[in-house]
Amino acid sequence: MSESIPSNDSDERIKSMSTWRKALIRPELGGICGTLLVFTFFLLTAFDSGMFGPAGVLNWSVVSAQFMIIAVGACLLMIAGEFDLSVGSMIGFAGMIIAIFSITLGWPVWLAIILAFVICVSCGALNGFIVVRTGLPSFIVTLAFLFILRGFTIFFPQTFERKTIIGGIRDAAEGDWLAPFFGGKILTGFFQWLGEAGLIEVFVRGSRKGQPIVEGVPMLIVWALALVIFGHFLLTRTRFGNWIFAAGGDAQAARYVGVPVNRVKILMFMFTAFCATVFATCQVMEFGSAGADRGLLKEFEAIIAVVIGGALLTGGYGSVIGAALGALIFGVVQQGLFFAGVESSLFRVFLGLILLMAVILNTYIRRLITGER
Amino acid sequence: MSDPIIKMVDIEKHFGSVIALAGVSFDVNAGECHCLLGDNGAGKSTFIKTMSGVHEPSAGQIFFEGNPMHFADPRDAITAGIATVYQDLAMIPLMSVSRNFFMGNEPIRKFMGLPLYDHEYAERVTLEKMRSMGINLRGADQAVGTLSGGERQTVAIARAVHFGAKVLILDEPTSALGVRQTANVLATVDKVRKSGIAVVFITHNVRHALAVGDRFTVLNRGKTLGTAKRGEISPEELQDLMAGGMEMATLEGSLGGTV
Repeated sequence: MSESIPSNDSDERIKSMSTWRKALIRPELGGICGTLLVFTFFLLTAFDSGMFGPAGVLNWSVVSAQFMIIAVGACLLMIAGEFDLSVGSMIGFAGMIIAIFSITLGWPVWLAIILAFVICVSCGALNGFIVVRTGLPSFIVTLAFLFILRGFTIFFPQTFERKTIIGGIRDAAEGDWLAPFFGGKILTGFFQWLGEAGLIEVFVRGSRKGQPIVEGVPMLIVWALALVIFGHFLLTRTRFGNWIFAAGGDAQAARYVGVPVNRVKILMFMFTAFCATVFATCQVMEFGSAGADRGLLKEFEAIIAVVIGGALLTGGYGSVIGAALGALIFGVVQQGLFFAGVESSLFRVFLGLILLMAVILNTYIRRLITGER
Repeated sequence: MSDPIIKMVDIEKHFGSVIALAGVSFDVNAGECHCLLGDNGAGKSTFIKTMSGVHEPSAGQIFFEGNPMHFADPRDAITAGIATVYQDLAMIPLMSVSRNFFMGNEPIRKFMGLPLYDHEYAERVTLEKMRSMGINLRGADQAVGTLSGGERQTVAIARAVHFGAKVLILDEPTSALGVRQTANVLATVDKVRKSGIAVVFITHNVRHALAVGDRFTVLNRGKTLGTAKRGEISPEELQDLMAGGMEMATLEGSLGGTV
């Protein structure tokens, strides 16, 4: 064989990669391109519609933040190799728990919120436990929970209150110490100042005359950003993050080197349930009511955001930042078409196209990174 | 030579009514490569799984450094210093080389009281270790999926050695590899052995076994057919033994009466 022995510092068979190319080849690229595309599109078509004014930005940020909260949970769970289809039902269920404990039973709202978290995270743990114990696909197990939880969400209010929407939570939450962490707003003083300084518009008539049209940043957005940062940090910077990748990449190989795969998976189911409950609590505090149909189809929207963000459906690969971008695309498109005055049914067409393009791009990039064929 | 680092006496393993192992004895010394040969279904895999703590033997005893040992799960065996490199389960292709290298043993760096995964250390050590095994990576963040089969085996072996394995069990490391890759893996095995680690090399390829082995044990139908030292047995004899003990009588002599 005439092949020379490569020196220790370089190997002629390894193509050197430019820094530019290296920076570009990352799991989030599909999400980044999609975000740029969507913003360019709306900046061109809906710039003067108020979409990029303070109220408009708040509008689509809130919707995007909602998607982000559940996408972070779905993303980490998908990387760990599992699905949770019960997220949407869990959202309705958690909201209903808060309403029943605080309104029907008259308990303090903070206690109702804590109970909702405890019960839902336990449901998540049960989901995870059944999946790792039986070895059944999480798709099936959580599909069962989709029906079970939705059934209870409709059954309880009908039995106790003879209706499917329980209201009055906003009054009950007045003066509660925990409720503002989900339904409150931050930086209100800053926005008041902006309004007084004339930097943002203020109401010119009505009971809120003189107040800025944007009061502050809703806690929903704070939760979304906090969860994205937490998720990204957990995944990329901790030992546990490595275990999440390993559990989804090849559970058996991970077990052989001592990764507690079952624990990782159950914890991720619990985290997904936690995210769903955060979503539900924020929504209940915002609307002041809980409805039996809340959260419908949210599980699929979360999964779509995650897939746009570059995660692999079979696990072991993905990015929380990507999932957050996927959620942003989702929110901006959904609200942007309204601003642009486009028929809202086209939202689905647009979304389908973006999903398709992002996934094709993601698959191509993933092959470059991982050497799959 | 000193006492064997691991010694297994009359190991039996039954799965329900199936007798997978019917009394296998085996030992390996530090700095030695002991090859375990056998055809498919001979019980090689079951045997190494008892050695690495995946299965508990139905009967028989395991001595590790002279003391009787019971491994409840693979973790116990790994802690004791027995590392296993499985043929197809060595690495996770979607993850980077350094993440794979430190999987289950992640290095931790404290940052403001938080335990963080130490990427810098992980990547530096991975590159160093891979270089010492003769593999040049583009970067430690390169995904394992971009490596060849032989390189993956080498990463797994380097990983086991780095984490202080005293006994390295290799489950058919060469069976799916090309000629050159096989040579690389065998060279790695040789390096590992010379560093004083006991190597248990499972294969059904006689030539690969003879290239690196110091002793050879042949398994057939859950039983040991005998152990031979290097130079005491020819490739043809080994081959015949593996093939099912044909011409047993004539081979017994050449095996030193250990059958």
